[in-house]
Amino acid sequence: MAETPWLPHNEAEPTVQLVLPDGSENTDTQWDHYRNLVKDVDAATWRTWYRDMALMRRFDEEATALQRTGELALFTQARGQEAAQIGSVHATRAQDWIFPAYREHGVLQVRGVPLKEELHLFRGVDHGGWDTEKHHVHLNTLVISAHTLHATGYAMGIQRDGLVATGDPDTDAAVMVYFGDGATSEGDTSEALNFAAVNQAPVVFFCQNNQWAISVPGTRQYRGPLVRRGAGFGVPCVRVDGNDVLAVHAVTREAMERARNGGGPTFIEAVTFRQGAHTTSDDPTRYRGTDEEQYWSQRDPVERVVARLRAMGAWDERFHTEVTHEADEFAAELRTYVRSLGRPASSAMFDHVYATPHAINQTERDWFAGFERDLADGEGGH
Amino acid sequence: MAEQRIPLAKAINAALEAALSADPKVLLMGEDIGPLGGVFRVTADLATKFGEDRVVDTPLAESGIVGTAIGLALRGYRPVCEIQFDGFIFPAFDQITTQLAKLHARSRGRLTVPVVIRVPYGGGIGAVEHHSESPEALFAHTAGLRVVSPANPADAFVMLQEAIACPDPVLFFEPKGQYWAKGDVDLSAGPYATGQSVATQFDTLNTAKVVREGTDVTLIGYGPTVVTALKVAQSAAAEGTSIEVIDLRAISPIDFPTLIESVQKTGRCVVVHEAPVFFGAGAEIAARLTQECFYHLEAPVARVGGFHTPYPPAKIEHDYLPGLERVMDAIDSVLAY
Ligand SMILES: Cc1ncc(C[n+]2csc(CCOP(=O)(O)OP(=O)(O)O)c2C)c(N)n1
Repeated sequence: MAETPWLPHNEAEPTVQLVLPDGSENTDTQWDHYRNLVKDVDAATWRTWYRDMALMRRFDEEATALQRTGELALFTQARGQEAAQIGSVHATRAQDWIFPAYREHGVLQVRGVPLKEELHLFRGVDHGGWDTEKHHVHLNTLVISAHTLHATGYAMGIQRDGLVATGDPDTDAAVMVYFGDGATSEGDTSEALNFAAVNQAPVVFFCQNNQWAISVPGTRQYRGPLVRRGAGFGVPCVRVDGNDVLAVHAVTREAMERARNGGGPTFIEAVTFRQGAHTTSDDPTRYRGTDEEQYWSQRDPVERVVARLRAMGAWDERFHTEVTHEADEFAAELRTYVRSLGRPASSAMFDHVYATPHAINQTERDWFAGFERDLADGEGGH
Repeated sequence: MAEQRIPLAKAINAALEAALSADPKVLLMGEDIGPLGGVFRVTADLATKFGEDRVVDTPLAESGIVGTAIGLALRGYRPVCEIQFDGFIFPAFDQITTQLAKLHARSRGRLTVPVVIRVPYGGGIGAVEHHSESPEALFAHTAGLRVVSPANPADAFVMLQEAIACPDPVLFFEPKGQYWAKGDVDLSAGPYATGQSVATQFDTLNTAKVVREGTDVTLIGYGPTVVTALKVAQSAAAEGTSIEVIDLRAISPIDFPTLIESVQKTGRCVVVHEAPVFFGAGAEIAARLTQECFYHLEAPVARVGGFHTPYPPAKIEHDYLPGLERVMDAIDSVLAY
């Protein structure tokens, strides 16, 4: 293996891995426990995962293209993180809740949040207000780590509602919160871990360690491996190969089960890689080398699923064509939709600032309406 | 005089370079300010020139950045922190308002905490939420902090040097929408560039500047709205109205003598900032001018700025921001009295 100075904590920490990068099974017996947890994963499930990951990747490509052509102001690329997101979200149930950061496109998609609605935020037409109740997916949070506390509080609420450890698998609920390696440095993350531990709240902290927080690598972000971050708070931790969808699914399934059963929080470090830029405004060539990108391209999560399906004899060109076709249609619809998104009314900024009447809000709204009218009448005159 | 025509971002970069060169105690701290040079490239090449020990990529934690900067300052260093965007200063709000602002007073003057916090602020750049805000009033409301905002490269170059040399903590708000606007800069000006790293005069941190003289209305702006004010003055001149434009530069303190002198002459005043009008800097200015220039005023002081709403999505941000039309409208309203 090439020298990997950018992965200083990798070699030492045990990392759950069930499928090797070439698609063959990892037979290492130390992971038998996790292997047994996902014995029920059959070829049909693998195909579902492949489809979800392929669509997620296509979304990434399409949204990036839309940004390049000026249809979006910005886009947060997630290429490379497909296994981490798809493997984990498939461990959630309808009654569970998700608190995403801003790169969790695959998670949103599987939960049924229309991804085209997520793009409202990136086109600048609204702040992204999809129906959170419908999908049990909270809004994106752009302020790093603030939502780790919200997820914890939400989980404390579920606990108070008596919806943990009832023994009914369709009732017991938990919360999963997604955040990055950089986010672990914010005080909020530590506070969330502590609150979750003290309350034994049903929340799973899913850290996608994609190696970079914009231009800052893990080596400058933290010293002790992230996977040990929870231990001091009394939160069980597990590190997983984030590009191995099966292993991600296994550890997340266990963590969510534990949470739903009243066993409290878990911290998961999913080791993955952001293949794209931080956002479309970012230029990774300024801070990282192609050697690192090559290292990770040999561990591409989507290719690994294809290899696994092949090894299982469950891959055929017809299936591949079907998914590609679906992705084409999905992309075309996305394009049409985004381009059709008009400019919101300017008065929309005064909407929903308060839930009850507020005199200043009302006065300013009225003033603005009058101002716009005068402008339209040409009385503004300038 | 080493005069050069450079963009505002480059002027800030040059001021940082001058301070780093002149004083080994100066260090820069922030997210992505090292090899990347900051998301706006304001610190470009400084890590290469001065080393990553002095241009430090910190962990992603604003409270950590400001809190450790306070400790470093207590130990004799002069940290210049960069907060990546206006909307991300709030994890550090506690450190800034309860600690940084108060240590000098709490120690009965024994301790000084010369920390500078650079904040790219303001809108109009088509960004997503939290990236376009103007939170300066929140800090101006806090005693112990100096709050300033340059409007052009020449001022940015000198003001930042004075901010770093100043023993008081300074919130340095940079109008990010103006980062690429060029202006002539005298690169030999300012405490560090002139080689006297110990400054005793902090002119630009205390004074407003009349940037265009006029007789009918005083138009006050700072940071990103000075450009707007100058444009308004220009088109008003074509209509026969003479507008005096003042670049406030310092928001705490406010240079009231300069403002009063102008308003006593014109009798009319409009204040414009991107921050919300409600409880904004304009409210303080209007109240004081009413008190100090009561018998000279021909009209109430008018304010133009953002609304009492969250900063809106980019597609409609230009209706939130105080543009030419709204400032003109306010000028007309004060002239109508
Ligand atoms: C409180 C706060 N500070 C700074 C930023 C600017 N910022 C946006 S993303 C980012 C890096 C985040 O890295 P990480 O948590 O690893 O997540 P990733 O983006 O890699 O998914 C930074 C510094 C922010 N959004 N919020």
